[in-house]
Amino acid sequence: MKTNELISMLSSQVDPVDTREVVRNVRIAILVGAAASLLAVVFVLGVRTDLNEIHAQVFLIAKLAFSLSVVILASHYLVKYIRPGGEFRGRFALTVLPFLAIMIIAAISLATAPRSHWETMVFGSYWLECLIAIPTVAVVPFAAIMSAVRLAAPTDLVRTGALAGLVAGGVSATAYALHCMDDLLPFIALWYGGTIVLCTVAGAVLGPKLLRW
Amino acid sequence: MTKESDLKALMTASLQGDSNAHRSLLTALSGHLRSYYKSRLLRSGRPAEETEDLVQEALIVIHTQRHTYDPEQPLTPWVYAIARYKLIDHLRRTRTTTADVPLENAEYILASDDNAAAESQLDLAKLFERLPERMRLSLQYVKIDGLSVAEAADRSGMSPSAVKVNIHRGLKILTALIAGETKA
Repeated sequence: MKTNELISMLSSQVDPVDTREVVRNVRIAILVGAAASLLAVVFVLGVRTDLNEIHAQVFLIAKLAFSLSVVILASHYLVKYIRPGGEFRGRFALTVLPFLAIMIIAAISLATAPRSHWETMVFGSYWLECLIAIPTVAVVPFAAIMSAVRLAAPTDLVRTGALAGLVAGGVSATAYALHCMDDLLPFIALWYGGTIVLCTVAGAVLGPKLLRW
Repeated sequence: MTKESDLKALMTASLQGDSNAHRSLLTALSGHLRSYYKSRLLRSGRPAEETEDLVQEALIVIHTQRHTYDPEQPLTPWVYAIARYKLIDHLRRTRTTTADVPLENAEYILASDDNAAAESQLDLAKLFERLPERMRLSLQYVKIDGLSVAEAADRSGMSPSAVKVNIHRGLKILTALIAGETKA
């Protein structure tokens, strides 16, 4: 086929297109994923029962501050990465900031506590539940986000997948925080941070497989 | 060579549904893409015949993915990212040994003609056969034989609006077929 034939074929009846739609799709997918995660945590795991106590409220806010800053930062870059060439504009490395912040805070809290408390501060009572719940709850938001990203055309599939995993992990951790009774900063840094990183790695591995176009 | 600002103005118009701007844009970009692919294929030791396949594949992607362009950003990086992505994809898909590519390729490439009538290895006629009859006829009459929509409607016994719809749908399917074909 001749290239000028192809061009005339492609340029007859050109429809107007909406260039904001791809971003809107991803935002909707994040909201849908968040709603699904919330429902799963509220109805399957249950909301923690001591939320009328100040102590519980303070730690809920701390967990949400961490997980929501991950979600906001990662989704800000994700919507850049979904377009061809987006990797030249997004600053993927900046998404590490919330993790750095929580790790510093956790280290300070460990440093000021007696050594005998360290094990409890790191492992809490329900570390295994956290380790299983956050990646599991993240599956639905991840699937929703990836299917929206597929409607765009990312050209850096590893990082786009990683960002999708990061957002999904952050969304899942946000929902899980409503259930989680372990109120310790090192616990949050390791188990929230660690499981979100796990989701990110999964996204990076799945990105090239699921997002190819 | 066309400048970024000119290309971007064409893209902005084409996103609003301006067919002429779209045609000018694709024509201008095909030149850029051709020289890009020619040099990259040469550097990777690939046959020059693949240039036009890649140019056409990239044009189809630029057309079908034009909604992923952010009008607040420059156009060139967007086009370049697509061209590069398709090149990497192509090289990966067709990876063979590079040992059997002779050095004389260089002269061959420099000698080859650089115009938009260049042909790819796609057979449009074969793809046409896979379209439903009404779409094939509408496209054949209007796009290939150059009849007006009214004449095509007369000849095929369809209403003019049916001809338009069939051209529109047929083009969409054809684009998808070409995209599928270049992948295979």
